[in-house]
Amino acid sequence: MKFVTVAGPPSSGKTAVLIHTIRHLLEDGQKVTVGKIDCLETDDGDRYRKLGIPVIVGLSEDLCPDHYYVSNLEEILALAKANNASITIVETAGLCHRCAPAVAGCLSIAVIDNMSGIDTPKKIGPVLSTADVVVITKGDIVSQAEREVFREKTGLINPEAEILEVNGLTGKGSIRLKNIIAGASNVDTLANKDLRSSLPACICSYCTGETRIGNSFQLGHVVKMESI
Amino acid sequence: MNDNISTITVMGGRNKIGEEEPIRRLEIKGGDIIALVGPTGSGKSMLLSDIEQEAESDTPSRRRVFISGNNGSKEGIIAQLSQTMNFIIDMTVGDFLKMHASSRGIEETAVVSEVINLANSLAGEPINMLDNITTLSGGQSRSLMIADVALISNSPIVLIDEIESGGINKLKALEMLSLKGKIIIIASHDPLIILIADRRVVMKDGGMCRILETDEKEKELLRDLTALDNRISALRDTLRSGNAARVCV
Ligand SMILES: Nc1nc2c(ncn2[C@@H]2O[C@H](COP(=O)(O)OP(=O)(O)OP(=O)(O)O)[C@@H](O)[C@H]2O)c(=O)[nH]1
Ligand SMILES: [Mg+2]
Repeated sequence: MKFVTVAGPPSSGKTAVLIHTIRHLLEDGQKVTVGKIDCLETDDGDRYRKLGIPVIVGLSEDLCPDHYYVSNLEEILALAKANNASITIVETAGLCHRCAPAVAGCLSIAVIDNMSGIDTPKKIGPVLSTADVVVITKGDIVSQAEREVFREKTGLINPEAEILEVNGLTGKGSIRLKNIIAGASNVDTLANKDLRSSLPACICSYCTGETRIGNSFQLGHVVKMESI
Repeated sequence: MNDNISTITVMGGRNKIGEEEPIRRLEIKGGDIIALVGPTGSGKSMLLSDIEQEAESDTPSRRRVFISGNNGSKEGIIAQLSQTMNFIIDMTVGDFLKMHASSRGIEETAVVSEVINLANSLAGEPINMLDNITTLSGGQSRSLMIADVALISNSPIVLIDEIESGGINKLKALEMLSLKGKIIIIASHDPLIILIADRRVVMKDGGMCRILETDEKEKELLRDLTALDNRISALRDTLRSGNAARVCV
């Protein structure tokens, strides 16, 4: 079984790219199961189901979506195994650009888009810097010059990654991504595997439902700015 | 990058109906300008996309594309221009060009004014270094993109999909691009652009169906068309700047 995580900011084109890529995988006779993690609402489950493959959608709701994502990776793998899948793909947006941690030993794909501005690569942290493959979308709507600058900035943050430009509308470039996924190494289990980055520490009163503002309500891990 | 002139070889695949496409082999060399002609949906964009992806019988057309002559690295060898592309970055023209040049390893700032001058020689309304790049008009954006691809991107292969070229000196733009031995492949409906090309590939039902050389008669026609195009441009500038149009013969 190949276990692939696909992360990137909301609306960067993850599903659009994956639909084309999975279609190619299916044509090659692969069996794909998809897990999608989001916070509140998503249509992605329906979009993937149209490919006729098993899909599981998890909404984290009041929990941090990234903690929820890590806690459910094995459950997604279990579903894929039950469906005799050869490839499991997990899509997640990540909440704060920093998380959606990749798993050591499993292919990790980051999806970012040219429209998000050239400072995006340096803003998004481990999602980008620990990825094996970086997919850049929406090159069809910005100038060649901006594409080149964006690609260079991406390479500065993650010099090791293979950078692919994929058009989420037409699927151009998705065959190369399909080949990379098909060539990923196999994993049997996720237990005892490591995340490539830790999640931000987050244990304060607001994590447990506090809504009031004020020092006296702020318990636990609280960090203050020095403003004066 | 341009020291290594590329050659592109396209090995024919099949058309949309699944038949073998009539042209089995298309060879394109450095300095060539190739036009792709045919109605909308005839497969021009698909062919451009196959070339961009260096298809290996793995796209719907089953074509194979070989690009040779560059030193192994495929990065940065293809630049693209298309109708859907816009500048979206909130920066001045000068600052952005500097940034792009530096990302391409060019540190001399002289290239910035070279690009702007070239762009201004292609279109009527002048671009200023201090203009915000997103506020440029359509014609200014196109000419700046072309000048930038010619001087900064410097990729040996340029793929152009249907750019709106009204108000741009097309002959000069394509000459500037094909200088230094670049390969230009351009999908177009514009007679002037089609005739500037050395050869044109006629597309039909998703397949390459014929290759035509631009012959002497057509080159002659091109001179007439260019003169006409220049007159239209001059007239456009005259009317735009608030002057009365006079019939000139
Ligand atoms: N022009 C253009 N649009 C694209 C491209 N890729 C994706 N889009 C569009 O961008 C929008 C968002 O794409 P999605 O695939 O839903 O993005 P996502 O990353 O899966 O979003 P979430 O799952 O909600 O985080 C859709 O309207 C897509 O059609 C591209 O390469 N070019
Ligand atoms: Mg999605």
